[in-house]
Amino acid sequence: MNSSFWHQKQTRRWLYQLALLLGLVLLLAWLLSNTLANMKARGIQSGFDFLWANAGFDIGESMIAFDSSEPYWRAFFVGLLNTLRVSVVGIAFCTILGTLIGVGRVSHNALARGLGYAYTELFRNVPVLLQLLIWYVLLVEFMPDSQSPLHFNDWFYLSKNGISFPVPVWDPSVHGLVWDVPIWFDGEITQGISLTPEFLAITLGLSFYTSAFVAEVVRAGIVSVPRGQLEAAKSIGLSNWQTTRQVLLPQAMRVIIPPLTNQYLNLTKNSSLAVAIGYPDLVSISNTALNQTGRAVECIALIMAVYLCLSLGTSALMNAFNQRMAIRER
Amino acid sequence: MKCSPIKAALGGAAALGLSVLFSTQAWAGKTLDTIKQRDQMVCGVNTGLAGFGAADSQGKWTGLDVDVCRAVAAAVLGSGDKVRYVPLSAPQRFTALQSGEIDMLSRNTTFTLTRDASLGLHQTAVTFYDGQGFMVPVKGGIKSAKQLKNATVCVQSGTTTEKNLTDFSKANNLAIKPVVFEKLEAANAAYFAGRCKAYTTDASGLASIRSKEAKDPKEHAILPELISKEPLGPLVRRGDDEWFAIVKWVIYGLVEAEEYGITAANIEKLKAESTDPVVMRLLGKSDDTGKLLGLDREWLVRAITTSGNYGEIFERNVGEKTPLALKRGPNAQWAKGGLQYAPPIR
Repeated sequence: MNSSFWHQKQTRRWLYQLALLLGLVLLLAWLLSNTLANMKARGIQSGFDFLWANAGFDIGESMIAFDSSEPYWRAFFVGLLNTLRVSVVGIAFCTILGTLIGVGRVSHNALARGLGYAYTELFRNVPVLLQLLIWYVLLVEFMPDSQSPLHFNDWFYLSKNGISFPVPVWDPSVHGLVWDVPIWFDGEITQGISLTPEFLAITLGLSFYTSAFVAEVVRAGIVSVPRGQLEAAKSIGLSNWQTTRQVLLPQAMRVIIPPLTNQYLNLTKNSSLAVAIGYPDLVSISNTALNQTGRAVECIALIMAVYLCLSLGTSALMNAFNQRMAIRER
Repeated sequence: MKCSPIKAALGGAAALGLSVLFSTQAWAGKTLDTIKQRDQMVCGVNTGLAGFGAADSQGKWTGLDVDVCRAVAAAVLGSGDKVRYVPLSAPQRFTALQSGEIDMLSRNTTFTLTRDASLGLHQTAVTFYDGQGFMVPVKGGIKSAKQLKNATVCVQSGTTTEKNLTDFSKANNLAIKPVVFEKLEAANAAYFAGRCKAYTTDASGLASIRSKEAKDPKEHAILPELISKEPLGPLVRRGDDEWFAIVKWVIYGLVEAEEYGITAANIEKLKAESTDPVVMRLLGKSDDTGKLLGLDREWLVRAITTSGNYGEIFERNVGEKTPLALKRGPNAQWAKGGLQYAPPIR
């Protein structure tokens, strides 16, 4: 009986798996202890205790209030929020733009096809870092000075300091929405919402770049639906909209969603290039923390863990969405 | 997931490969021995800061930091040309030194307590006394740093600069908004494009950037306030006190050479004729100071012949006749009211 246990194919498979896992864990543990021992031998201090020390530096833009006397972990959190802001806006924007262009690529209109083709080839063949720098230069070099901004109707302001525009806010005194309009005074803008050129450059750059890939994904999805399906839809008298909504899209989605997930992950990870154009994302904040504390291994490990979590989270969401969209086999 | 025996074996092989890759690097012994064996010193320098460390179109490195490297190489290896320069960005520099990629970090680096106490590094001797300042476009009409209320200020990341800026902003209630760039080049470009009201870094760096990067240097002014102390100098790894001593004393030697009037031009003559006991000791004519450092008798002679004394290095790279046009100020000899004071070579 014992020998049959050891000779079962199933058992051996499990054992191999276990051995591999154990080997990996041991390898990682050894690498870690080796690194720590070496760092200690060289008098380099290590540990995550620095996260609770005062950060001591200001952050240019932040979604939550941040003061330099707050601890490092909060600075990291501000960086994470800034990264998420770029990712969420970028993902939304590149999906809309990419879908439009992808649909344009298979349109019957030759002009739309040509434009879609040109757009895709242009944006996906120029390195993304270069595109970000171009956007940043465009936004900074060619905009008017903050002392004399372009403005429309005193509602929109455009200058080297970025874009400012009104937002509706809830006013409890009138129990309704009122416009919070930006006010310009001597180069400073208060009220309303202001987007810095750094944020605009990273978001626009990544959105345009990724949308070229999304367009290809969408096009592939549409083309993958067999012609017969559309002809069948037409023959039973479905309208164009009904065909698109009920025949084309459900089948195309199955092909689109998995590669689309990849594009979302790419956009999130590419947001780390923000450091090149001065946007305070997670990597930028971590660079500053790294240099002030010298905890290189810790800071890099922290960034890796955060990006891993972001990527796994995005994948999980997209997989759930994929399951819902998948055709139920009967 | 299924796992065949072949996959498991591959995994094992990969693990072995990794372990070879990451195996414990034995402590490289004495830095001096390694350098001599290699017949080359590896020096970490700035990626491009005119006057301190920058490569020209032929790939030749010049600058104050570079001349210090050359002097040390000359003392140790006999020639100032036996140096390989590794350009490093601010966040890279300490890791490069800790990991042994470079022998010495000569990259306008500020000495601070945190760096001294927690990075596993030693700060040698100050080669340049600096302070953080601000540069603004003249047409903006700003005359004092205290006028920078709510201003956006361009900063290069990974430096002591960000913290100083925040401290200054807080102390004066200015609410300055920093825009932080990883690369010096990007920070320069953003400032000159007009993104920021002011640019902040060490005053010497501002002078360098203004002279090299501005379309017209006269359009930019450096404000009078210095908001921090920035003593700059080379760093070495901990754990090799002999090498630490060599770098430190080569710098002191260059400073003392200026104090006693020894220059690259007159050194041969002085060596032959001088009867001043200090000069004779410096040039190895009487005492053999090199022996104590693990070097030969002529170590300082070669260092001075290669780079000149401290004053010559200063004037050649950042002095009043250069585009940076910096005055000696705190970098003058102690006897002339400055801070450069070398402990005696004896």
